[in-house]
Amino acid sequence: MRDLLSLSAALDRGERRAVARLITWAERGDQRAYKIIGERFSKIGEAFILGVSGPPGSGKSTLTESFIRMLRAQGQRVGVIAVDPTSPFTGGAVLGDRVRMNEHATDREVFIRSMGTRGHLGGLSRATSAAIRALDLYGCDTIIVETVGVGQSEVDVMRVCDCTLMVMVPGLGDEIQAIKAGVMEVGDVFVVNKSDLDGARRTTRELRAMLALNHSDWRPPVEQVIALRGEGLELTWDLIESFRAYMSEEGRLRLRRKERARYELLGLAQTSIIERATSSQPHHSLIEEMSEQIANRTLDPYSALSLLLPQLLNSDTST
Amino acid sequence: MTTSPEYPIRVLVAKPGLDGHDRGAKIVARALRDAGMEVIYTGLRQTPEQIANAAIQEDVDVIACSILSGAHNTLLPKVYDLLREEGAQEDILFIAGGVIPDEDIPALKEKGIAEVFTPGTPTGVIIQYINDQIRGGTLL
Repeated sequence: MRDLLSLSAALDRGERRAVARLITWAERGDQRAYKIIGERFSKIGEAFILGVSGPPGSGKSTLTESFIRMLRAQGQRVGVIAVDPTSPFTGGAVLGDRVRMNEHATDREVFIRSMGTRGHLGGLSRATSAAIRALDLYGCDTIIVETVGVGQSEVDVMRVCDCTLMVMVPGLGDEIQAIKAGVMEVGDVFVVNKSDLDGARRTTRELRAMLALNHSDWRPPVEQVIALRGEGLELTWDLIESFRAYMSEEGRLRLRRKERARYELLGLAQTSIIERATSSQPHHSLIEEMSEQIANRTLDPYSALSLLLPQLLNSDTST
Repeated sequence: MTTSPEYPIRVLVAKPGLDGHDRGAKIVARALRDAGMEVIYTGLRQTPEQIANAAIQEDVDVIACSILSGAHNTLLPKVYDLLREEGAQEDILFIAGGVIPDEDIPALKEKGIAEVFTPGTPTGVIIQYINDQIRGGTLL
């Protein structure tokens, strides 16, 4: 399973190892992954993709585990992509989301994959879209994408998912936090987890008050849950299903998917320009020289860019 | 011509069996992280089935099992056999650490465990071993 042909064949036979290796290739930016996915692109897009996001320690993995259990009881095949941060210093990572979910490891109808962000900001890794497609090809009915613990501006999740569940907890700050731009805007459904803690009702009330000011037709509902005890989870799933129904009306999902496609295409263009800048020796030398000049203040970065960009765009595209 | 960048080595750190002491496993996980590896940590009390399945889904380069209970002769070869059922053993370096008597090590090595690190091993030795095997060997 180390070459394109044998992996393609194994993938079409539905072998798990092929799916796993396809995700590995995608994480490495290996063109073979894009070729395989590209050739099967018309078969992709049937799965429901749920994003689960929220601050560190809010209970995303525990909720995800509960959803796996619930969806398995319905007979669904479930995929999970769990993203954790990569160290900006060493490039290493400890991916620990499986600790909460590993009892499902032996279930053949569940495929869980951990990913490091590998330098990508925004709460996901660069290869998350491709990994979702790999699990879609594997026949998953629902794919849950769990982001890193987010702060305020990691909003990539809405660019890969059909529905974003934002997991909040009591006591994260006053209501001014809730009116800032960023993650608060991307939730389609909100839960206040650990609702047995003090302040849960206040947090819920404040969230509802802020979300009531949204201009969209859809007002994101806020539900109190206790994920560890399974309280409120079925109601939460009903809300997710309501959102799904709402999106299916009036071409909303189509529009969202088109926006996602545009964002992805621009992201791929950006990545490939940066790769070109860093992987070719002449470009690398030019950038080194320019950086030196900028540091010495003999060149400004804006002029440097106007010299650099044409070079990057005109260079040979073969890889 | 592009130069191929180095990708992080992916390592599954697992605690098979029933001992509830994972300080060693966590120290190793942290050390591997600091050496630039991606460590997938699965927690305590894992069955061989859970470990093999997780390793396959995660497409790891290395499985590192920490075991202190004395059940290594049973549990570790079981993990290897499960990998072999899906042909995954050919891509995965399987190592173990913990309280494992010297006299048990040769038999474990015959059953697919590539190396065994006993108490007192500096983490640098484990890191070096993994790097040599993965980067220098034919596994990737």
